[in-house]
Amino acid sequence: MIFLRYAAFRLLTMLLTLLLVSALVFMIINLPPGDYLSNQIDELRATGQTVSVAKAEFLRHEYALDRPIVEQYFIWIGVMPGPHGFSGLLQGDFGWSFEFDQPVADIVGQALWLTVLVNLAAVLFVYLVALPLGVIAAARSKTWVDYTSAFVGYLGLATPNFLLALILFYYGHRYLDLPIGGLMAPEFEGEPMSFAKMNSILIHLIIPTFVIGTSGAAAMMQRLRANMLDELSKPYVETARAKGVPPARLLAKYPLRVALNPFVADIGNLLPSMISGSVLVSVVLGLQTIGPALLTALKSQDQFLAGFILLFVALLTLIGTMISDVLLMLLDPRIRYGERK
Amino acid sequence: MATLPDGRYVDDAPYSENENISAPERPDLDAPNWKLVWRRFRRHKLGLVSGLFLLCAYLMLPIAGFIAPYTPNERHADHLYAPPQGVHFFNDGKFIGPHVLPTTAKADLKNYRWTYTVDETRPMPLEFFCKRETYNLLGFIKTDRHLFCAPEGATLFLLGSDRLGRDVFSRILYGAQLSLTVGLIGITVSFILGIGFGSIAGYFGGKVDWAIQRSIEILRSLPELPLWLALSAAVPSHWGPVAVFFIISVILGILDWPGLARAVRSKFLSLREEEYVKAAEMMGASPTRVIRHHLLPNFSSHLIASAMLSIPAMILGETALSFLGLGLRAPAVSWGVMLNDAQNLAAIEIYPWTATPMLMIVLVVLAFNFLGDGLRDALDPYQH
Repeated sequence: MIFLRYAAFRLLTMLLTLLLVSALVFMIINLPPGDYLSNQIDELRATGQTVSVAKAEFLRHEYALDRPIVEQYFIWIGVMPGPHGFSGLLQGDFGWSFEFDQPVADIVGQALWLTVLVNLAAVLFVYLVALPLGVIAAARSKTWVDYTSAFVGYLGLATPNFLLALILFYYGHRYLDLPIGGLMAPEFEGEPMSFAKMNSILIHLIIPTFVIGTSGAAAMMQRLRANMLDELSKPYVETARAKGVPPARLLAKYPLRVALNPFVADIGNLLPSMISGSVLVSVVLGLQTIGPALLTALKSQDQFLAGFILLFVALLTLIGTMISDVLLMLLDPRIRYGERK
Repeated sequence: MATLPDGRYVDDAPYSENENISAPERPDLDAPNWKLVWRRFRRHKLGLVSGLFLLCAYLMLPIAGFIAPYTPNERHADHLYAPPQGVHFFNDGKFIGPHVLPTTAKADLKNYRWTYTVDETRPMPLEFFCKRETYNLLGFIKTDRHLFCAPEGATLFLLGSDRLGRDVFSRILYGAQLSLTVGLIGITVSFILGIGFGSIAGYFGGKVDWAIQRSIEILRSLPELPLWLALSAAVPSHWGPVAVFFIISVILGILDWPGLARAVRSKFLSLREEEYVKAAEMMGASPTRVIRHHLLPNFSSHLIASAMLSIPAMILGETALSFLGLGLRAPAVSWGVMLNDAQNLAAIEIYPWTATPMLMIVLVVLAFNFLGDGLRDALDPYQH
């Protein structure tokens, strides 16, 4: 019961945060002076194409870009009627991309799923790598296992993502014959999902997952190792050892469970940084996620597209944080977020 | 030193029964804090080496123009994509001092690239304190002296040259000026905001605390990079390189403070209940005074260590932004701008030296990490 109430409360705060974030996002993308159409109009005026100016002016009115910024925001999220009645995010209308001359929904449609897929794969990678390595590094601390993993971890933290991507791409293609660029072989593009397409996507995912996950895995491994070491020096571990509990069982039974807490809580930090990373890596590797579209949109002030993508990215993060909070509550009975007496 | 019959060594110095060898020595007790910290820090070898490396790097910044043989935007049209050249000391088995061997470029029209042939018969000695292109020493002294440069008719590309025939080594030195200071400016902004908001939230609590906490949560839930992208896309493109550089560092700082503010807040929450704070308040100290003179000094050490650990994130951030073309733009030189040139596979395969700024980035980031770790261990009084 307490759990359900907490989950509901958490969902509510998430929605509120999302609302605030949407306002923030809208403000940020409107920071540069003018908008896509007004820039276009200026350009057309300068070249003397008055007919097109009229068209652009018409479009400006059509998308309510000539109204005050606050009204634009309310129309965008769909709580205020625009020139064509209520048609905002709440109604499922994501707006129009001027740069691509298509509805935003059409541009980002498939990319959204691929973004989620890439990030999910990276999160899985982080956990699969960091968990065993962190535990082993702590259990065998001050041996070559520990030093090697620490070294690789530091290197992973220090190498800029996009360069790691380029290098791995080059060597992956040269020695392991991994495909270059994209998230699937070109012949599958736009095809319905099939076993062969799935296979192609999985092979293409290897390098991006590795690149996006490395720094996160390194950070998490270090933290897990530190936590484990703290636990391992406690008297109860010594007692267990003295009583002859086998080492593997000893590790898994208590210290690991205590050290696992931050592991789950950390997803709140991990997710934003990984999604950041995935945007950058997608641009470099030409993955069909929302990263490249975001970059183009930001550069050309294509505000509805940029706004939607930024909001979506923030939503992914918020959902991740919420899941981690709820999981943490399930995992550790000591954690309760109520009022302190 | 005397040797006992069974081979053990014993000190000859007189031994007093009353001496308590486990008691700390007097000079240790009287040593100022910084001395104790320094002693502990010295034991962290990796941190020490990193600290020295960074110190050298930062000291080099104002005189980068003097060390660099070329100026950053000096082009050598007949040496495009020249491979790194070594400085030689022996020619034909005879020592003739530091010299370079002149190279000539030939267009390889089959593979569509430049090939360079080295002329071993004409060793040309390096010149020292020579006059070449003018630059600003320390930012304001106009001079044309360089520490060392190639003689007339030869080139000196220690790390090769890039697409436009510019010297990569010189550009790395000039690029360091921007890339390394981005972190410093960013961290200053982040510190002012983080300590300001964090201490207000922690000291006053209540509604202010709630409001600041919520805004921190919102800022932290946003992925950094898209936000950086959006904010730097908002920087007008007609601004000069220095203004762009400054605003980029401020943007990096603005998005970094929430983590610091949280740490400051939680520390203040526990510290404000201490007796000495109560005493100061009762004697009529204003909140500003209590915060600045009684609370902050308590964990300045923690702040320093965390600064060392967040600078690398900013350096990487600047690199990423410039790499994507949204940060600094040419003619400004930073490591990110240089890497922007090397962002295709061909560059890495055929001209790997154009990616050397990456090596510098990795080194600097690693050094900051090790230094931060070392400082954190040394500054923590409870860890022995």
